[in-house]
Amino acid sequence: MKPILTITNLHKHFGGVKAINDFSVTLEKGKIYGLIGPNGAGKTTIFNTITGIYDPTMGNIALNGESIVGKAPYEISNLGIARTFQNIRLFGNLSVLDNVIIACHVDAKYGLFEAMTKFGRFKKNEEDIKEKCLKLLQFVGLEEMRDDIAGALPYGHQRKLEIARALATNPDLLLLDEPAAGMNEKESEELVRFIQNIHENFDLTILLIEHHMDFVMSLCDEIAVLNFGSTIFMGSPAEVKSNPAVIEAYLGGEDDA
Amino acid sequence: MSGYVEGVIILVCINVIAVLGVSILTGFTRLFSFGNAGFMAIGAYASAILTTKYGAPFPVALVVGPIIAAIAALGLGKLTLKLKGDYFLITTLGFGESIRLLFLFAEPITGGARGLSGIPPKTTLFIAIGITVLAFLGAWNFLRSKYGRNLMAIREQEIAAEAVGIDTAKFKEYSFMISAAYAGMAGALLAHYYMFISPIMFNLPKSAELTITVVIGGLGSLSGSVLATILLTVLPEVFRSAAEYRMLLYGLAVVVIIVLKPSGLMGYREFSLRPIFKLYERIFKKNDPTQTKGDGK
Ligand SMILES: Nc1ncnc2c1ncn2[C@@H]1O[C@H](COP(=O)(O)OP(=O)(O)OP(=O)(O)O)[C@@H](O)[C@H]1O
Ligand SMILES: [Mg+2]
Repeated sequence: MKPILTITNLHKHFGGVKAINDFSVTLEKGKIYGLIGPNGAGKTTIFNTITGIYDPTMGNIALNGESIVGKAPYEISNLGIARTFQNIRLFGNLSVLDNVIIACHVDAKYGLFEAMTKFGRFKKNEEDIKEKCLKLLQFVGLEEMRDDIAGALPYGHQRKLEIARALATNPDLLLLDEPAAGMNEKESEELVRFIQNIHENFDLTILLIEHHMDFVMSLCDEIAVLNFGSTIFMGSPAEVKSNPAVIEAYLGGEDDA
Repeated sequence: MSGYVEGVIILVCINVIAVLGVSILTGFTRLFSFGNAGFMAIGAYASAILTTKYGAPFPVALVVGPIIAAIAALGLGKLTLKLKGDYFLITTLGFGESIRLLFLFAEPITGGARGLSGIPPKTTLFIAIGITVLAFLGAWNFLRSKYGRNLMAIREQEIAAEAVGIDTAKFKEYSFMISAAYAGMAGALLAHYYMFISPIMFNLPKSAELTITVVIGGLGSLSGSVLATILLTVLPEVFRSAAEYRMLLYGLAVVVIIVLKPSGLMGYREFSLRPIFKLYERIFKKNDPTQTKGDGK
């Protein structure tokens, strides 16, 4: 299998804080990866560095063999990396449908004049986009809430909408930052099936951050355990569970946030 | 129609066009500008110089004025749009005043403080209304296309907008240029309505007035902007004696609105007749005994 994302010797320092300290990983196409580690281990910072919000202090990130370091977040999105945020970032005052439609801007090929006059490709493009988005909303089970204001949705639905919005950009690699946060046992079991479903239907590689151990164990092919910005172990769920270093650093006394 | 009423309507139209531009910029992109009177000045002087000194046809001046204003916005935006919100606002303020002073000092071309006179009276009621309708429809459609949606995404959540692949810097630039083009169009029409322009007409209070109108109408409502412009242009005309207190009234109106209803007259909604029908229905139903008896459950 070809690697889709290769991170080598990544560092990200904030002043004296070494949020990422020599992190390396290779993600193979089509697999589901987990990134776990205690609070403040640097997990979100890794996502922010992959997606171009931060430039790395050192090291390289390559997508399909080409470095994406220094590119703007929007460029990285257009290269096929989509994400959700730990503290949900929806377009709060806009409708559920518009949240997804916005993410389809690349599918709208019309120009400024066509937009202002509704001539040319405008109508066809807009119809196609709407159809695509309604399908997506149906897929994630939000089609009945299409006209609701996104910011007013219940928490769990907001998380699903963020995932739908990420899928609307046609990604190859999906980064999920704590998708099960705030969910109970039953909801997070449901979310496992939900993500498996997405994985099968959209031909994706997924990298997800999560604190719920059962969730990560039942979903991921491989798990990287992070502590103080460095990988302390990488392996299958079974290997992670039985590794003494991991148990000491993380699985031991640590409680979920 | 009396010349006076006609004049008020033309003024409303001109102000509506300038305010529509600010509405796109501030209401839909959440970028605050206190320099749009500067873009009006550019449109006014560019078009007036073209028609007065070079004998250019009015339609040409109406196209060139807004284009030059948009090019100025492109330049200014490249320098300042990367700045954080309040710094951007300060630079637009500085820009507006610089433009005014530039026209003041470039006396050989602009007539300086004495102004530029002898501009042909080309802005008729028909032209003013026609262009306003087109400007409104253009803005309306624009906001309901990927362009408007991308701007609203920037307004709502800039980091998420980037994360779904929107080049936020480019679209802020578009928003700024369009607002400048609308201001330039308003300026060109103004020059050819008054037949006279001077730098003082495009001062900081004029810029502030445009932004305040948008805030009063509701950030994020195009029809709210139009409604507020009509109110704020017509009221001072009706209460002539109060006209000199206009800025005071604007200021008070903003304070009252921010305190009572921060989202402005219209909030994010657009004006529609539906609520009026609903109100009518409610009153009608209340007076209709068969209706109230009927719904026992
Ligand atoms: N923009 C920033 N400026 C300064 N320090 C930062 C910044 N972002 C993150 N950090 C620091 O980097 C470290 C790693 O933070 P990060 O958010 O990546 O942790 P995390 O593993 O996602 O934790 P959690 O499980 O709580 O989400 C923390 O010490 C944090 O305070
Ligand atoms: Mg985090």
